[in-house]
Amino acid sequence: MISLSGSNGRPAVSVQNASVTYRTTFERVPTFRNAIVRFGRGERAVREIEAVKNVSFDVPRGTSMGIIGANGAGKSTLMRAMAGILPPTSGRIEVTGRISTLLALGVGFNANLSGRENVVLGGLAAGLSRRQVNERADEIADFAGIGEFMDAPMRTYSSGMFSRLAFAVAVHMEPDILMIDEALSAGDAQFKRKAADKMKQLMESARAMFLVSHALASVKELCDEAIWLHKGTLMMRGAPPDVIAAYTKFLEVGEESFAFEDL
Amino acid sequence: MSQQVLDDDEFTSQFHVYEPHRAGIPPIGPYVREVWRRREFAAEMSRASMRAANTRTLFGQLWLVLNPLLLALVYFLLVNVLSGGGRGKEFFAHLTAGLFAFYYVSACMATGAGSVIGAGKLLLNTAFPRLLLPLSAVRTAFYRFLPTIPVYLVIALWAGVPWSPNMLVAVYFLLCMTVFGAGMAAFFATLQVYFRDTSSFLPYVLRIWLYLSPILYYTEDVPERFQTLSLYLNPFYSMMGGYGDALVRGTMPPPELFAISAVWALLAFGVGSLWFMSRERDFAVRI
Repeated sequence: MISLSGSNGRPAVSVQNASVTYRTTFERVPTFRNAIVRFGRGERAVREIEAVKNVSFDVPRGTSMGIIGANGAGKSTLMRAMAGILPPTSGRIEVTGRISTLLALGVGFNANLSGRENVVLGGLAAGLSRRQVNERADEIADFAGIGEFMDAPMRTYSSGMFSRLAFAVAVHMEPDILMIDEALSAGDAQFKRKAADKMKQLMESARAMFLVSHALASVKELCDEAIWLHKGTLMMRGAPPDVIAAYTKFLEVGEESFAFEDL
Repeated sequence: MSQQVLDDDEFTSQFHVYEPHRAGIPPIGPYVREVWRRREFAAEMSRASMRAANTRTLFGQLWLVLNPLLLALVYFLLVNVLSGGGRGKEFFAHLTAGLFAFYYVSACMATGAGSVIGAGKLLLNTAFPRLLLPLSAVRTAFYRFLPTIPVYLVIALWAGVPWSPNMLVAVYFLLCMTVFGAGMAAFFATLQVYFRDTSSFLPYVLRIWLYLSPILYYTEDVPERFQTLSLYLNPFYSMMGGYGDALVRGTMPPPELFAISAVWALLAFGVGSLWFMSRERDFAVRI
């Protein structure tokens, strides 16, 4: 633990018996037409998904927490629950501080708008004032290294520019708690190094960070704690090397198999 | 688990508690405060979408006026042909006033319907009161409606409708239409998440609604036996009737039109926004 200097020692994030269940449809495009056809056949396309089951943990200030697990383990849902996007179905989650999220890779939601417009809209939605957002837009453009593309429509971006911009937005919102989902695979080697440095720098200001990654080496490098989720349940919590060892043993895959995803 | 005082800050930046929502509806007080605090987002969203749709260009603006104006011309011909002629300038003024207002409310519904789906990744990434999205669509619709006001005034001048202070009463009915439109925008935005063909059906619904409302005819043209029915069941009957009375005829609309318009507006807003809020947790997993 780097510091517990928080206002009253409250953990940055406290997850108490949280379960997240949601109903979603397996249809490609849900329409009235399909609903009527299905009704005629007596089928239902709606499934209930128990993404996170009764998970509890506390994260003290200054922790950087890696979350690992196979696809569909509930990692992203847990992040959404902590970010308040998908409140828990039961249990309680307490978060102290401003959260910045980089989930599902992206800032851009309207490809016809410029990068700057998307950044401004994202910042305003996250509750920043217009002045704060405008101040940050230039810093973000610099960090992402996209130059004049900042004012071009996002549909003209390469996928690397897209994810570099997304990462830049997340780290420039001056977050107390940063949540990053599979974002480090973005960009070229140089940008990855820059991103890792920026994240270490953010960690030094005693903020909490969550990192969801399949690149186990980056969890090892950047995190000082890790949890392992499997099908929505918390399997293990501990030091990253131990958790990763248990997880890889569980998968029966050698660590060299994912070495190419590394930072 | 007991609620704490701090639970108020669901969306603010300091201390957040996320718990299951009671009956699926987030706490209303903090929700409304956050909507107000982030109103700038809705405004910017609407400005950006108007920029993207080229509304700012001269021809974009011109088209917003030209479209309902041409429609008014078409309906003017249609009604004149069907009724064997005899509808004059004043009817044309009535027609344009009604169509401009009707297209305003239907734009609220149509852009509102696409607002949540269109926000895509923003929904997946950020926690904010989603109601801002349909409200932003209402702002867009309003700004597109604004340039039609001077056009109507020119037509009114040409048609020689009586000018009177009663015309200001039309603002009240316009307000009712806006609140009504906001509620319907939230309603259709939610429906669109579950049924993506909502926006394909919507134009037909709106077209029928237009024909059932006193826009292509006067309220007194409605047959006697349907009068009460339309008055109570069709929100546009009271809103358009009152709007037309005040704006085109310069008379004071009967008090029941004021009351019924307000009831419909508040009802639509209440039902639409509460339904929206009760479903908004789902949006992130349904997009």
